[in-house]
Amino acid sequence: MIEIQGLTKHFGQIAAVSDLSLSVGKGEVLGFLGPNGAGKSTTMKMITGYLAPTAGHVRVCGHDVETQTIAAQTQMGYLPEGAPAYGDMTARQFLRFIAEIRGFRGEGAKEAVARSIARTELVAVLDQPIETLSKGFKRRVGLAQAILHDPPVLIMDEPTDGLDPNQKFSVRSLLKAMAPQKAIIVSTHLLEEVEAICTRAVIIDKGGIVADGKPAELLARSRHHNAVTLALPAAQAQAAIAKIKTLPNVASVEQSGSDDGLVQITAFPKSGALLIEEISATAVREQWDVRELYAEAGRLDEVFRAITTHDAQRAKAAA
Amino acid sequence: MNQVWPIFKREFAAYFATPLAYVFIVIFLFAMGAFTFYIGHFYENGVADLGVFFAYHPWLYLFLVPAIAMRLWAEERRTGTMELLLTLPAPLWASVLGKYLAAWAFTGVALLLTFPIWITVNYLGSPDNGVILAGYLGSFLMAGAYLAIGTCISATTNNQVIAFVVTVVVCFLFTISGAPLVIDFFRAWAPFTLVSAISSFSFLTHFSAIMAGVIDLRDILFFLSLIALFLAANVVVLDLKKMG
Repeated sequence: MIEIQGLTKHFGQIAAVSDLSLSVGKGEVLGFLGPNGAGKSTTMKMITGYLAPTAGHVRVCGHDVETQTIAAQTQMGYLPEGAPAYGDMTARQFLRFIAEIRGFRGEGAKEAVARSIARTELVAVLDQPIETLSKGFKRRVGLAQAILHDPPVLIMDEPTDGLDPNQKFSVRSLLKAMAPQKAIIVSTHLLEEVEAICTRAVIIDKGGIVADGKPAELLARSRHHNAVTLALPAAQAQAAIAKIKTLPNVASVEQSGSDDGLVQITAFPKSGALLIEEISATAVREQWDVRELYAEAGRLDEVFRAITTHDAQRAKAAA
Repeated sequence: MNQVWPIFKREFAAYFATPLAYVFIVIFLFAMGAFTFYIGHFYENGVADLGVFFAYHPWLYLFLVPAIAMRLWAEERRTGTMELLLTLPAPLWASVLGKYLAAWAFTGVALLLTFPIWITVNYLGSPDNGVILAGYLGSFLMAGAYLAIGTCISATTNNQVIAFVVTVVVCFLFTISGAPLVIDFFRAWAPFTLVSAISSFSFLTHFSAIMAGVIDLRDILFFLSLIALFLAANVVVLDLKKMG
């Protein structure tokens, strides 16, 4: 539903986005990740027709955003960065205004506004001027505005930024519930969000894609993927480390922390190997006094850091 | 056209949602009164017409209209609502027209609220109400022209102070382009056609013609085409900003 080809944007000498290609289909929730200034917002501004690309094309539901702007914008809901809204209007007036611009009239407008309000739980603050609302409610007004016409394509720039954990949860549930019928792009700094709602994660850095895959695939790139951590009394620690090192699938062992007379030991597997069974069997056999034992799926922040800092080039080649 | 109306309504309501409208109207009426009665010596003239009242309109508009126009786009850009507005499925010209018409309607409201002076002059004598009506029409058209210039300039910046100052300067040049100050400067070296072209852009010339009660289609067309020109320029400016 969203097709991006060779998208490039230069601001003077600076290339904010360079030759970015991507396509997003129905049912996909694409998490758009990257450090500040990587080009996430610029890309979203071009998808929604606010900025014209220097080169390349964006098509939304078959409409070219540059030449058939209005047709493409009709199919999209957009939450710009910071969820801007007219502060002097109440949430109700604002949503009514959006409905009218989107071509709803009379009863149709009322219904669209009511549906959007119910989905974003705005009832309590409907008649307050938007500028007096808390950050969380403001964000939800922006969200309500974006989903008002039930668009097939949603573009959201940091939809949960500034929300408390409960609000984050409800926004994520809302996106999840809508996901099967839509193509959604969500930019975020929060890696846990990617794991919570995204079916696909794309990491961009310096205007280009450096990683693209399911969250699980990205996690598999983490050093901690399938790593096993166990906590033992300090007295048994050295013997345990020595023993674990001899296991065939273990690549390395680290003492990762100590606390209250307990020592934490993390064993990293040789690539792809599962360690948890081997280590738990060993622990039983050796009669270690195990207090904690868990395997990790991987750490997305570690992957993110690795990809967007020193070995960005290598990661790109690997992908 | 469908989108002009909601944009107009939103913009027009925004004036009255903040103190802006009330502050502006009070100052506008106060200034009108001060100029008419104290500087224009409305009573002492002993003439039952609104000549002195209208004579000061160009000079008042010169400062008050840019104050309305400066926020039109500069504020949208600063608060980020411009990104919202321009990604809604409304053509650029509809946004420009809707916002402009709202601002123009607002100045129209302020102008209409000067009606007590019309009542006064009718109470004191028997003026030619046709001339007065022509004066109001001319004044409204002139305000529209100032406003179109200001809207266009507002679209070029996110700084309202810059928008205000530049608008005042440009409007000033349009106002006095027929005055000796400007014309003498050109007369020394420019060909006659250029000099007369420049002087024909003078708001004062066109406004005083209408104010005198002579509603010449050419004067009305002058203001309307100037408005159309600057609104078209406004669309172009916004479109260019898309390029980044």
